[in-house]
Amino acid sequence: MSELDELYQEVILDHNRSPRNYRAMANANRKAQGYNPLCGDHVTVYLNLEEGVIKDISFEGSGCAISKASASMMTAELKGKTEAEAKELFDNVHKMLTGESNKNGPQGGRGVGKLTILSGVCKFPARVKCASLAWHTVNSALKGGEAVASTE
Amino acid sequence: MKVAHEIATSGPLAEALDISKIRADFPILKQKVHGKPLAYLDNGATSQKPQIVIDALNRYYSTENSNIHRGVHCLSERATAAYEAARQKIKSFVNARSEQEIIFVRGTTEAINLVAQSYGRTFLKKGDEIIVSAMEHHSNIVPWQMLCEQIGARLRVIPINHDGELVLDEYRRLLSEKTKLVSVTHVSNALGTIVPVKDIVRLAHERNVPVLLDGAQAVPHLKVDVQELACDFYAFSGHKLFGPTGVGILYGRSELLDAMPPYQGGGDMISLVTFEKTHYNVLPYKFEAGTPHIAGGIGLAAAIDYLAGLDWKQVAAHEHDLLAYATSALSSIEGLRIIGTAREKVGVISFVFEHVHAHDVGTILDQEGVAVRAGHHCAMPVMQRFGVPATTRASFALYNTREEIDVLVRGIHRALKVFK
Repeated sequence: MSELDELYQEVILDHNRSPRNYRAMANANRKAQGYNPLCGDHVTVYLNLEEGVIKDISFEGSGCAISKASASMMTAELKGKTEAEAKELFDNVHKMLTGESNKNGPQGGRGVGKLTILSGVCKFPARVKCASLAWHTVNSALKGGEAVASTE
Repeated sequence: MKVAHEIATSGPLAEALDISKIRADFPILKQKVHGKPLAYLDNGATSQKPQIVIDALNRYYSTENSNIHRGVHCLSERATAAYEAARQKIKSFVNARSEQEIIFVRGTTEAINLVAQSYGRTFLKKGDEIIVSAMEHHSNIVPWQMLCEQIGARLRVIPINHDGELVLDEYRRLLSEKTKLVSVTHVSNALGTIVPVKDIVRLAHERNVPVLLDGAQAVPHLKVDVQELACDFYAFSGHKLFGPTGVGILYGRSELLDAMPPYQGGGDMISLVTFEKTHYNVLPYKFEAGTPHIAGGIGLAAAIDYLAGLDWKQVAAHEHDLLAYATSALSSIEGLRIIGTAREKVGVISFVFEHVHAHDVGTILDQEGVAVRAGHHCAMPVMQRFGVPATTRASFALYNTREEIDVLVRGIHRALKVFK
């Protein structure tokens, strides 16, 4: 598989075409905005957090296929997870996207489940921020701050 | 290199301007990217450098490097002479009246900040208005917003129409007794529009309002004569004009520059310093505090020498051919919408697709060896005006070819296939 095919796998294209959980959430009790000042991509992540568990999660925004697919897969993956589990996943995904987790072993992230499909992004340094935008945003929503997450 | 020579063989104007010879002057164009010949179509971001510029930098650091306006020794005298000769060349290039009107700065951004802080803070006050246009680069918006916050002035914006042309009637309406400065771009970086700056200047001057023109995108494509334009300030960068990064020019009418206070304090901008009082140096040194980018200035002069060796009419005809060819080729791609369809344009084409984001197009084009810009082009108000988050932008220079545009079109088709 070429690097480009690895980046734009069918699963990613599918999430881009029909993003999951793509909606505003009226009963959200956490919300954060993420913004990539380099390219203008922005995303809003909504959370319904009950007793430390992500009961519901959704997003809205505008961005490229990688950022939209990453956000979509993230919401699917995080639903039902505890805050601690979400934080751990964030760390693992971050390591995978930046190529850090590939250094000591075969390609692909460890402890990221289905999200290994995004591991091709680490071959495209200019696109790492696209894939990590939603994750930075959910991280800031979980922290509960008002600050806008930024990839910078 | 094989690619460079093959590329130049067709096109109606290939004989008029010897593109293969020009391409051979730019060593970077010979390389491959991802195994494909480089098609560098990101000249709006920065242009490539001819060997003559690279050699000038090399020669300066190898044989002349020294500080200017200071030493009594041979190297310093040579460096000073080379730097001041560069200023002379730039003066002739834009047809300024005197080399005193040519201020070396870091780039267009610094030039505009200089005028905002030095001229703006001295001659503007609360309630005054500054006019810019809706197609400005952030560097011709933010310095004025900062000034407005500092002094309580107000920023007014000339709207653009759906083709990306400035609406002159609205400009006429905005001009008033409150207007104290007009600062507009000569050529839009995101849209390619050539702004009718002579009209802008004439209408402002009827009210004795000075005009700054942002020439960053204009100088690589248009013959600029500051006396003919009659502008008060003209700013441009070296690196978009085939010269080095980190050096740019502010042209200013000497009457205005004389009346303005220094922008930065330091060495070289003074004539006498005591702890009681400092006397500033004469123009242009008053605005050149600290050791400048000496090699950059010399390199920029080399770039101007390079351009002087070309027939400007042939270059313009070639660039016009590239724009016409690319506009026609891109327009024929289903679903592609060109952003910026002004009647008067330079070789810049911004485009979008409904369902394929500019970043994805950019990444796929890169895999084909095609370098384009994807994003908001530091002109977010332009993106908002056209209701798009980002565009893909192909911007041409004199060394580009029709064949490279063909590669661009094939790359776009590949992107569309991925996202079909």
